[in-house]
Amino acid sequence: MTRAVGALLRKELALERRTFQVVPAMALFSLTTLIVFHFALQQDDVEGRLAAGVLTVTLLFSAILGINRLFVADHEEGGFDGFLLAPVDRTAMLVAKALALAGYLLVLEVVAVPAFGLMLLEPALTGGAVLKTVVVLGLADAGIAIVGTLVGAIAIQTRALDLIVPLVGLPLLLPVVIGTAKALAPVFAASGAEALPAKWLVILGLYDLVFGLLSYAVFDYLLED
Amino acid sequence: MAARAIELQGLTRRFGDREALSEVSLALDEGQTLVVFGPNGAGKTTLLRVLATLLRPHRGRVRVLGRELPREGWAVRGRIGLLGHASLLYRDLTARENLRFHARLHGVGDDRVDELLGVLGLGGRADDPVHTYSRGMVQRTAVARAVLHDPPLLLLDEPTANLDPQATELVEHLVGPSSGRTRVVTSHDPVGGLRGADLALGLRAGRAELLAPAAEIGREAIGALYA
Repeated sequence: MTRAVGALLRKELALERRTFQVVPAMALFSLTTLIVFHFALQQDDVEGRLAAGVLTVTLLFSAILGINRLFVADHEEGGFDGFLLAPVDRTAMLVAKALALAGYLLVLEVVAVPAFGLMLLEPALTGGAVLKTVVVLGLADAGIAIVGTLVGAIAIQTRALDLIVPLVGLPLLLPVVIGTAKALAPVFAASGAEALPAKWLVILGLYDLVFGLLSYAVFDYLLED
Repeated sequence: MAARAIELQGLTRRFGDREALSEVSLALDEGQTLVVFGPNGAGKTTLLRVLATLLRPHRGRVRVLGRELPREGWAVRGRIGLLGHASLLYRDLTARENLRFHARLHGVGDDRVDELLGVLGLGGRADDPVHTYSRGMVQRTAVARAVLHDPPLLLLDEPTANLDPQATELVEHLVGPSSGRTRVVTSHDPVGGLRGADLALGLRAGRAELLAPAAEIGREAIGALYA
């Protein structure tokens, strides 16, 4: 399993390094979305629940772009079949793709969160608030990566890839949206970062666990004819 | 007596309402070559994909390398080399990167990759992306991928398509009759296809219209499949 995950992950990163098809698109989309929010909200700065919502939605919509592209290279020229013919646990693809997507989300956030801080957030994020944001986004990324990989694997086998990912993915990711927005709202409070709400962190963690186990159980069947 | 490599009894595979393969039965011993003829859409590629464990049979019995499919598909994956119309290569990776990726999945060392790149005359372009290759070079890389793990069973969909005579000679000892492997080869060429074959199967609209030892088949019988 480890050998296969390593090979798949290495291939995934080599493809992205060669083509830049996923991460730059996600990052540019997030910046564009933040600019749109800036004008649409008609506010120079946002805080609290509104700020948490803006950041969560921006990251989620950018992630959808990445999920759309996640299996495209494997589908073209039959790379999927090459993997299916190998004597390896097929769940290795779930693990490798989820790890790759989590990595792409991390790079996205390195671009999008500072841009969000500069363009919209007031007050600015301080050291403690940054750490709290990292914790929340880490839990959100895990959920998006797992569910995104599952949905991407379903969508690539249909003719309506661009439609299936948002139509199936967004409803499935609603708990992540709610949990992330609720957990980040006190971090972005106007009066300065407050404590993280443990309840929402637990909900995000449970979501990751449940969907991680569910994806592990069904992924093999998704790849079957 | 050689063991059976492939046994099909009443194999049927549908796509929607259409039967791509209908009640196909045959047996092939280890080390033998089956050549499959038939016009486009006759079911040749579907047959290869069922044997490769990539498609499930809808009816009938399929045994490959002594294992029942699809139930024991896990046991034969890794013992099959598939060379299809799609190269199964990542176009934006180089030949070396593609082969090393598959080598790792199959637990094969990088020295085997270097050996095959040399044998197939790809060494000079091994570090260029596959999308910059000619169709013949893509086909040679795909051949290397198919035999990388030294599989006892080769499933070859027109293996020398896109290859010039020199390249055909290069791949011949890897996937040709002299490779010593069990082979299932699709072909439209009645002369070249029958060379080195033990058994010939003629498919039309998914049905086996012709099944006989290759030595007993005439060009007219194959031509009739395309009429």
